[in-house]
Amino acid sequence: MNRTKQLAPLAAVAVLALSLAACSGGGGGSSSSGGSLSGDAANNLQDRGPITYVQGKDNSNVVRPLVDKWNAAHPDEKVTFKEQTDKADQQHDDLVQHFQAKQSDYDVVDVDVVWTAEFAAQSWLQPLTGSMAIDTSKMMPATVKTATYNNTLYAAPQTSDGGILFYRKDLVPTPPKTWDEMMSMCSIAKAANIGCYAGQYAKYEGLTVNVAEAINTAGGKIVDDSGKPTLDTPEAKAGLTNLVTAYKNGNIPTEAVTFQEEQGRQAFEDGKLLFLRNWPYVYNLAKTDGASTVKDTFGIAPLPGKTGPGASSLGGHNLAISVYSKHKATAKDFLTFMTSEESEKFYATQGSLAPVLTSLYDDATLTDKLPYLPVLKTSIENAVPRPVTPFYPAVTKAVQDNAYAAIKGDKTVDQALKDMGAAITSASQ
Amino acid sequence: MSTIAEPKSSPEVPLPRGNKADKEVGQDRKAKSQGRWAFWLIAPTLALLAVVIVYPIVNAVIMSFQKDQGLDPVSKVFVKGGPAGFSNFIHWLAQQCGSGPCAPGTLGSQFWSATGTTFFFAVVTVILETILGFWMAIIMARTFRGRSALRAAVLVPWAIPTAVTAKLWFFIFAFEGIANKLFGSAILWTGSEWPARWAIIIADVWKTTPFMALLILAGLQIIPAEVYEAAKVDGASAWQRFTQITLPLVKPALLVAVLFRVLDALRMYDLPAIMTGGANNTTTLSILVVDQLRQGVNSAAALSTITFIIIFIVAFIFVRFLGANAVASATPNGKGKVK
Repeated sequence: MNRTKQLAPLAAVAVLALSLAACSGGGGGSSSSGGSLSGDAANNLQDRGPITYVQGKDNSNVVRPLVDKWNAAHPDEKVTFKEQTDKADQQHDDLVQHFQAKQSDYDVVDVDVVWTAEFAAQSWLQPLTGSMAIDTSKMMPATVKTATYNNTLYAAPQTSDGGILFYRKDLVPTPPKTWDEMMSMCSIAKAANIGCYAGQYAKYEGLTVNVAEAINTAGGKIVDDSGKPTLDTPEAKAGLTNLVTAYKNGNIPTEAVTFQEEQGRQAFEDGKLLFLRNWPYVYNLAKTDGASTVKDTFGIAPLPGKTGPGASSLGGHNLAISVYSKHKATAKDFLTFMTSEESEKFYATQGSLAPVLTSLYDDATLTDKLPYLPVLKTSIENAVPRPVTPFYPAVTKAVQDNAYAAIKGDKTVDQALKDMGAAITSASQ
Repeated sequence: MSTIAEPKSSPEVPLPRGNKADKEVGQDRKAKSQGRWAFWLIAPTLALLAVVIVYPIVNAVIMSFQKDQGLDPVSKVFVKGGPAGFSNFIHWLAQQCGSGPCAPGTLGSQFWSATGTTFFFAVVTVILETILGFWMAIIMARTFRGRSALRAAVLVPWAIPTAVTAKLWFFIFAFEGIANKLFGSAILWTGSEWPARWAIIIADVWKTTPFMALLILAGLQIIPAEVYEAAKVDGASAWQRFTQITLPLVKPALLVAVLFRVLDALRMYDLPAIMTGGANNTTTLSILVVDQLRQGVNSAAALSTITFIIIFIVAFIFVRFLGANAVASATPNGKGKVK
């Protein structure tokens, strides 16, 4: 009995160890990267053969038909589609694990616009230069920027997305062109006893999108091209102040600090908001949703800016080639195929994914199906990518924490910007 | 997880017994061969434990003494950080980033507040769950029609995956959600500090009280009915029967239940991560570890090592000073051996 007793702490350790294993599970990988730009990136450039394409869950069945089409035309260079989960964090971590292990089984990967710089800085993505270069002249410049790191193109823009303004045309016949104009229209909302304007202000990635839009629209910038914070400018201050003031005086309703995309959409569809900043996916839902009370009474417009259209943040995905791929020539051809005009059109018609090619926004067959395309074109033409930095997770955290505190009034705008800058600096050392 | 550890650890018992016999008594050939047999029989288990438990821990500790990768100023690509000494630990414990204190908005600035939040959640939820679980267990221990239906129903919240639970409560506590509709209130449940904390506590209590109730129920059922009958004959009141008989006899099971819940609560992740994203001072240590994992694995390894030590100390206090004996209650004749 005595011995059993002595073993008790041992057993407790075992229990704990299992708990820790759960905590540290993700830490198993090594953080090695090595500056082997010429090493892996120089290999297999001319090789052809079967490859694997990796992307998150193909919800609207866009990828399979395209892959089938490619496979029919290229029997010796077949593409296998590896489908990840539909959770962005899990997709990210899955890619990281495969890249860290230098596995050659992921040839072409689909990366979120905000991961591109991080993966490029890890030397995991094949620079699209020399024989790997692709034609980006027909693509919208802002989308190419999201795929560019340290002046080198590391990925091909595949799909894009931008914020647009949804407004109630029964209450506001002409949409506001500028932020100040929109704020002056809030008396209409007050008279109708509804909220005036909302975006996404819960503390998550959406807040970074909205704060970046506010700061960029006012002419400021979160970080410069070298990744250093540039928040001590009057423009940055003016941008964040716009949001803070609007929240304080009630133009942005109190509950908006709990809003992600869906809560804002529901409030707008319930007729409780005059203006809503959201992504184009809301358009079809607000038109067709059974619960929508604004089916025929809402319109869309570019985001209001300082004098003209506002600077939207960019969503979307880029396609990149792994440096560890064994068949890079095939991978490059597949990349070109997936971003060709025909494929881009298919994304739009089949999956309502916004194309990256400028010409498609004026294509009559597309605008018939997706009436918001002309407005979205203006949005993306004026868009500014979220900070392109390898330290994106730390930067977005710094923006979220401090902007959230400022909007709720826990911090002054000056203090929030100062802390945001300091946090970005310390994270990017 | 903890349920795996329990049966795994009991086979270890014969090993020292056999070995000791080997050394001290020596002459008994039977005991000797038995000891060898025992060793080979449990060797696979030990090897497996070494792989799944010792390796990750040792690896995490080694990593925690490495610097995170940094950006090469010229080529702008990541390069290895090299040995870090204790700097990762100092970074967390002293909240130092580089040369000065961590700015608000960095993960480093949140260590102590996250520790406080974690303990706050652990203490409040475990107290509430113990009280409610005890009450539910006493009801379930009675004999009445539909008892098994009730037991099954009580288990439902525990059977739902935590992430799903979190999403359900997230909708309930949304501004336009049922909680506000029901009470006619306009509380920003997930948008302000104390409501957010209570929302998480309510969700956690709802989910894990059944676990508590079941463990306590198991403890209640080993108390023989004769003891109660004897007490009744002696004229003990219901309250006396509860405090003089039920409580002391159920204490071993109760302590183990509380120990498991505390360890579980100290690594709470899903509920706050999904309901608030860690906003409004609801960031727990586990959320901090996962966030840090995406910013630098070595620093995250240091943080999870610190978390491990904190949880270890708590468990040690339970086992050593409060007499929660996870092993004794698992072996048939050791049950109830408490100081």
